[in-house]
Amino acid sequence: MERMRWTRVYVRCQHHVSPDIMKILRPTLLSLAGAIALVAITLALLVTGGYPAKTALLALWNGSVGSWYALTSATMVRAIPLMLTGCAVAVAFRSGVFNIGAEGQFLVGATATTAAALAFPLEGGLGVVIALTAGAVAGGTWAGIAALLRVQFGVLEVISTIMLNFIALHAVSFLVRGPLQEPTHVYPQTSTIAASIQLTRIPGAGRLHLGILIALVLLASSGWILRHTAAGFRLLAVGESPAAAESAGQINVRRTMQRAFIASGALAGLAGGIEVLGVTYALYENISPGYGFTAIAVALLAGLDPWRVIFSAALFGALEAGAGAMQRDANVPSALVSVIEALLILAVIGARALQWRGRYVPMEPNPYAREST
Amino acid sequence: MTDVVEPFLAATVRTATPLLLAALGELLVERAGMINIGLEGAILVGAFSSLVGATAGGVATGFAGAVLGGVLVAALFALFVIWLKADQIITGTALTIFCLGATGTLYHTLYGSSGAALAIPTSIPAPIPLVSTIPVIGTALFAQPPITYFAYLLIPAVTWWVYGTHAGLALRAIGEQPEAAQVAGIRVQRTRLLAVLAGGALGGVAGGTLVLAQAGTFAEGMSAGRGFIAIAIVVLGRWRPVGVALAAFVFGAASALQFAFQAMGWHVPYQLFLVIPYLLTLAGLVGAAGRARAPAALGKAF
Repeated sequence: MERMRWTRVYVRCQHHVSPDIMKILRPTLLSLAGAIALVAITLALLVTGGYPAKTALLALWNGSVGSWYALTSATMVRAIPLMLTGCAVAVAFRSGVFNIGAEGQFLVGATATTAAALAFPLEGGLGVVIALTAGAVAGGTWAGIAALLRVQFGVLEVISTIMLNFIALHAVSFLVRGPLQEPTHVYPQTSTIAASIQLTRIPGAGRLHLGILIALVLLASSGWILRHTAAGFRLLAVGESPAAAESAGQINVRRTMQRAFIASGALAGLAGGIEVLGVTYALYENISPGYGFTAIAVALLAGLDPWRVIFSAALFGALEAGAGAMQRDANVPSALVSVIEALLILAVIGARALQWRGRYVPMEPNPYAREST
Repeated sequence: MTDVVEPFLAATVRTATPLLLAALGELLVERAGMINIGLEGAILVGAFSSLVGATAGGVATGFAGAVLGGVLVAALFALFVIWLKADQIITGTALTIFCLGATGTLYHTLYGSSGAALAIPTSIPAPIPLVSTIPVIGTALFAQPPITYFAYLLIPAVTWWVYGTHAGLALRAIGEQPEAAQVAGIRVQRTRLLAVLAGGALGGVAGGTLVLAQAGTFAEGMSAGRGFIAIAIVVLGRWRPVGVALAAFVFGAASALQFAFQAMGWHVPYQLFLVIPYLLTLAGLVGAAGRARAPAALGKAF
């Protein structure tokens, strides 16, 4: 039984290596199908809600991809944090770790980056490197707490990461009113970071900043690591079947999960840091409109594949940007986006479950089971 | 000292009530071998539908609405988890996101975006004669809205049902070994469905309690993680009704600390109080490690 599962893991990983024209086409088709489904769902919801559907859809279009400005300054700017947090969720889920804490890791990363940027406003890119490293380390540490609780005490990471989300949220709320508040003590936010630390904007692309390149490079390398390295293989094997990975593959399951968890947190923390250096230039309470939660939808729609996350993050970036425009122009509540996101997740897992029905092996059979050593 | 202790105890019971209701529901679900992270969503939908019910026809209709809302969310969970055998944790997470968005959207659509507090009939405290006059603990325990007494009664009721009836035995068998239970003639899927629906109903009532007996209004995301805390409470209570009740009261007490501190005039950042329940959950889960044994089939599709 174990051996059979192991073989499946191996075959599946082999399958990823072979170049295939569908590999390149599939994400595009997937995003396209997703986009059509989204518009259909949105339309249905708008009509049932009694909103002016035409005005709303026009706003959705114009606010997301209707113009070069909307595409770069609204959609792509929002896609950057979604790419990184989406990749964070994908990496964690692939290793069998249910990291629901990308939101908290994002916030902690944003906080650490802000603090480092304010403390070391160095010229010539050095300050940027220090600040972003601080963000990634903070995010990784925050996830590391949940990873430690999981492997040492068997604490279900779904619960612990959600608790850590709330703690991070209140911590930011405290810091921007206390130790990190701007000197005049009027606004609940930090001082603006020095211009030398801000990420350069890409010429001719509005508010789009260098973070897009960082995100693309990281997603490409994450996908490459998963497909082509021993570490990536270990991660996937542990995610498919911890028992098989351990007995047939001599893989240290605990260590692999822990590392995947921390890497996931570092990606989400970096997302927070890039958001501060590229968009907000300061830390305040509502710095994330739920990027860490949208990330779950982004990752699942991408089939938990970092390369495809690029496309699904762009799609969700467009959706979030369009939702803002819909609220302005047609008074459609932006909470509608959460409904669409959730429906998409349910559609993806529903389709997957139907396809696997009867043969489906859950990623982690008993969430309380402690891995043997 | 009484002027600090009494409000503290009252706040403890008030905070514990919705947690107790939701956690006892989740206990049934987990004893049947499932874990419903969507409980948070069920509480939120219960809160919203109790608002809709109460504006239409008073407190009783409000609670009926809460039950209906919670059951609806649970039915969605059952559809994916029991029928499609989808992953329970991802389904639950998606459901919570769905409920957050759906209640937010509906609230704006039905009641406008003004955010003005709606005047709805609320459930007022109904002191029980004699026992409510006991010094110190009397008012805290026995001068509460009727839903709190319902929660009290639920503790022995669930204990008796889980441990004293054939149906309860079947439920526990499914949670440990669904295959064996099926061979023994137990209808696994149907029992799991009923457990999920019961858990959803109680989650809905917990949400209704927040609106009808406490806040008196609805706010977006007002469940504030109570569903997740309730799931942690089930672990801390070691999947036993009495243990769950104790854990719920410990949580209520921790959350009520802020009232006690405020009454004593201590100046501590308010965010510190807000994180206490979450920190306590983590600490409690670490403390429960190794001692609690989960139902063997928890989280497995059947």
